[in-house]
Amino acid sequence: MQYLLLLTYRPEDNTQPGPELDAEMERWSELTDEMRQAGVWVAAAGLTSDSATTVRAPSGDTVITDGPYAETKEVLFSFIVIDVEDLDAAIAWAEKTPAVTYGSVEIRPMDRLTLK
Amino acid sequence: MSALERAYRDERAAVLATITRRLDGDLALAEDAVQDAFVAAAVEWDRRGVPDRPGAWLTTTAWRKALDRLRHARIAEARAADLAQPVSYDADFDFERSSLDDDQLRMIFTCCHPALAPEARMALTLRSVAGLTVAEIARAFLSSDSAMERRLTRARRKVTEAAIPFRVPPDDLLPERLAGVLRVVYLIYTEGHGSVRGDLCEEAIRLARLLARLMPDEAEVAGLLALLLVTEGRRPARVDDAGALVALEEQDRGRWDRAAIADGVAMLERALRLRRPGPYAIQAAIAALHSQAATWEATDWPQIAGLYAELARLDPSPVVTINRAVAVAFAAGAAHGLAILDDLGADPRLESYLPLHAARAELLRRAGDAAGADVAYAAAIALAHSDAERAALERRRDRV
Repeated sequence: MQYLLLLTYRPEDNTQPGPELDAEMERWSELTDEMRQAGVWVAAAGLTSDSATTVRAPSGDTVITDGPYAETKEVLFSFIVIDVEDLDAAIAWAEKTPAVTYGSVEIRPMDRLTLK
Repeated sequence: MSALERAYRDERAAVLATITRRLDGDLALAEDAVQDAFVAAAVEWDRRGVPDRPGAWLTTTAWRKALDRLRHARIAEARAADLAQPVSYDADFDFERSSLDDDQLRMIFTCCHPALAPEARMALTLRSVAGLTVAEIARAFLSSDSAMERRLTRARRKVTEAAIPFRVPPDDLLPERLAGVLRVVYLIYTEGHGSVRGDLCEEAIRLARLLARLMPDEAEVAGLLALLLVTEGRRPARVDDAGALVALEEQDRGRWDRAAIADGVAMLERALRLRRPGPYAIQAAIAALHSQAATWEATDWPQIAGLYAELARLDPSPVVTINRAVAVAFAAGAAHGLAILDDLGADPRLESYLPLHAARAELLRRAGDAAGADVAYAAAIALAHSDAERAALERRRDRV
């Protein structure tokens, strides 16, 4: 079963560069290694936060707007795709990400990821 | 009651649990297949008579229906590669009675999974474990049949699509997940209790009994069952002839169901033997002390105050502190209780918390501060949610 982990944070309490941010980056790097060693890691990427573009065509005509599709305080900053047994296993990996302490991790079951 | 109705009541939950396990937790498909089996039974049993073992017949039939649905789904997908592969389940179904308890327990944990919305957990548990009909659940939650059916369908689809596991959680997750299950049963009880509808209370007690049978070594399961039984024993005196709620203090203790209370006390003793008591066992002990007192005044207040202090340590909440304050007031004097409430009242979030105002009013009156009590009663009455609640508060205020 593949799950997409959508990681969010709140820009207003962004960690400034310094020892705290270094420690968090260290934890991210360790977690990625742990996922790869456990054989659950499929794909991951960071996302730019303020250069999003949204496309809609409610009446057939395309409307392009600046910004993410919803105005929320939490900003999507990264995703990880994992391949695990069930939702409990996905929750256990989500709990290990630093994002749960300052933002959120949304878990979406997904069809099997195809890469070119 | 017809054989089919009896099978629906007695066998449905077990058949559903077994089929769900065989389908690796696909609750949505299992529910459809079991429904198909009951439709088939309505026709077949009428024509050929009731089978010797209705449960086995229903399980086998539901299993065939599930396989049919899987085959059709594959054809609908119209993917040649899939069609080439046979359905990977055995068509023959060995109906093993011995694994039924395990399947029921798995079903309970699946229905109460924290990834489901709290209302969906209650509805799904009542449907898939307790075996209530959609109409019965809709009535209990004051919802329409179609809205309840949608809620259940959505919940089942999430179980299937998100792969919520059909299992008893492993040891590292068990304490947290079991607490979640007990919470669902407790909320089903309070849903019935709060609205003075007995049907949900009885279902909650049936569920707690089932859990106590399936998990005999879990102290908090016994603790919850004890709490529900003792509380249920007091239910006959909880509403007066005019339909108004009667506070524990004013209840006619002669109307209490002594047999239910004795059952609850016996279950509490079992919980206390298992290990250090948890929050439900402590609440059961408090309820038992109330039930054993001949009058409100003769209640063992010092021990109740001590139990509330322990409960506040394990599971702190404003309502626990308020109850502790009332117990302390009776054990040591109103001023001591009021001091605890004043500490609590310093929290601005509790400004519109009815139980706090009601308790303050009561203790101020006992302390002889009639004017202060009137102000506090007015604040409580303004916050009442229902006519019954308002009437009960007004009656207490007007009492001499």
